[in-house]
Amino acid sequence: MEMFYSLIAILLSSVLVDNYVLSRFLGICPFLGVSKKLDQATGMGISVTAVMLIATAVTWPIQYFVLDKLGLGYMQTIVFILVIASLVQMLELILKRFSPALHKGLGVYLPLITTNCAVLGVAINNITDGYSFVESLVSSLGCGLGFLLAMVLFSGVRSRIDESRVPKPFRGLAVTLIAASFISLAFMGFAGVVDALFA
Amino acid sequence: MKNNGNLSVMLKGLIKENPVFVLILGTCPTLATTTNVEGAFGMGIAALVVLVCSNILISLLRKVIPDSVRIPCYIVIIAAFVTIVQMLVQAFFPSLYDMLGVYLPLITVNCIILGRAELFASKNPITKSALDGLGMGAGFTLALCAMAVIREVFGNASFAGIAIPFLEPYKIAILVKAPGGMLVYGMLIALVYVITRGKAPKKTSFSCEGCPSAGNCHTGACLEKGGEQ
Repeated sequence: MEMFYSLIAILLSSVLVDNYVLSRFLGICPFLGVSKKLDQATGMGISVTAVMLIATAVTWPIQYFVLDKLGLGYMQTIVFILVIASLVQMLELILKRFSPALHKGLGVYLPLITTNCAVLGVAINNITDGYSFVESLVSSLGCGLGFLLAMVLFSGVRSRIDESRVPKPFRGLAVTLIAASFISLAFMGFAGVVDALFA
Repeated sequence: MKNNGNLSVMLKGLIKENPVFVLILGTCPTLATTTNVEGAFGMGIAALVVLVCSNILISLLRKVIPDSVRIPCYIVIIAAFVTIVQMLVQAFFPSLYDMLGVYLPLITVNCIILGRAELFASKNPITKSALDGLGMGAGFTLALCAMAVIREVFGNASFAGIAIPFLEPYKIAILVKAPGGMLVYGMLIALVYVITRGKAPKKTSFSCEGCPSAGNCHTGACLEKGGEQ
């Protein structure tokens, strides 16, 4: 039961409090680039969640059973980025072969995920925070869901921005960033909520 | 891209093609490491070193690397230099290493570095690539420092860790928190647009040019149709 609570705490805090996009600034590029339409935002969010989970499931054992055993901890960055890049490529091939429908929906976002810093960030953070394998998976799931939530919320805000008159210098990314800042402000309200719940 | 002389190759990175405010690349470290001037400067210099080294090596190898596997090759080269820089920082500037945390290894996936490799170093000779890396890196450092100065002075009433007492009662704490980063960044993009009077190639949306994933993305999934202007 104790463990269950701690897992729920990890999940909630990575979705709401330490939201990867809005408070840790990881994965900003897709957040700004692909959030214009709701369906695209959802597709990207789901793909990122899936890749984060798979990447963590592969990188965690590699870190503890290969790199640490051989004393190659300093190779972490190179190994992780290579693993993530090849995973994404493999996932695309598998989807294309076995589920063309899913590939059509999500496949277009996969190549963009290779250089998404949120995926590498989650993999490295899980090791730095000293999470166990199950905790790592839960934290990746939370980060992915948090990313999805931020994307979906933001796509709603952006469709409003498109319809409003924006002063010329602010048009485009400037106003988008300022809008993102307000969403981030709203998410700050969650700070402390999880700690208070599970204290 | 005009390349009339080595000096202009270097200087364009500073303002005209500033990677942060004009090309809108490398947004994540820009937002995350600019809460204080020291961290921002350290991040900028670390990225500059990686950028120059990887540009030189990629330019040297540009005729050797097969076109179809160039992106993975670039990533390995960049990751190797990032690891070297990471170890140097850990050894000589431990406090900076703790401050930057995960953002130091994440230089690997910084769009500026992969973007310059793909757009510039893979097509140009060594000297030009090195100068381009130097200019872009300096532009990145300059932009990070500008943001950090605004955020630290007005948000924390200090400069590089030294307190500024008369600003103390007026500090705007939100600026050093997460939302303040995006707010200052948005304002600065608008300001750069006003200063250059829209002459700079303003990026209203993300286009495939300059996107590090352009090489292996053939769908343009992120391409926004019907730009604002």
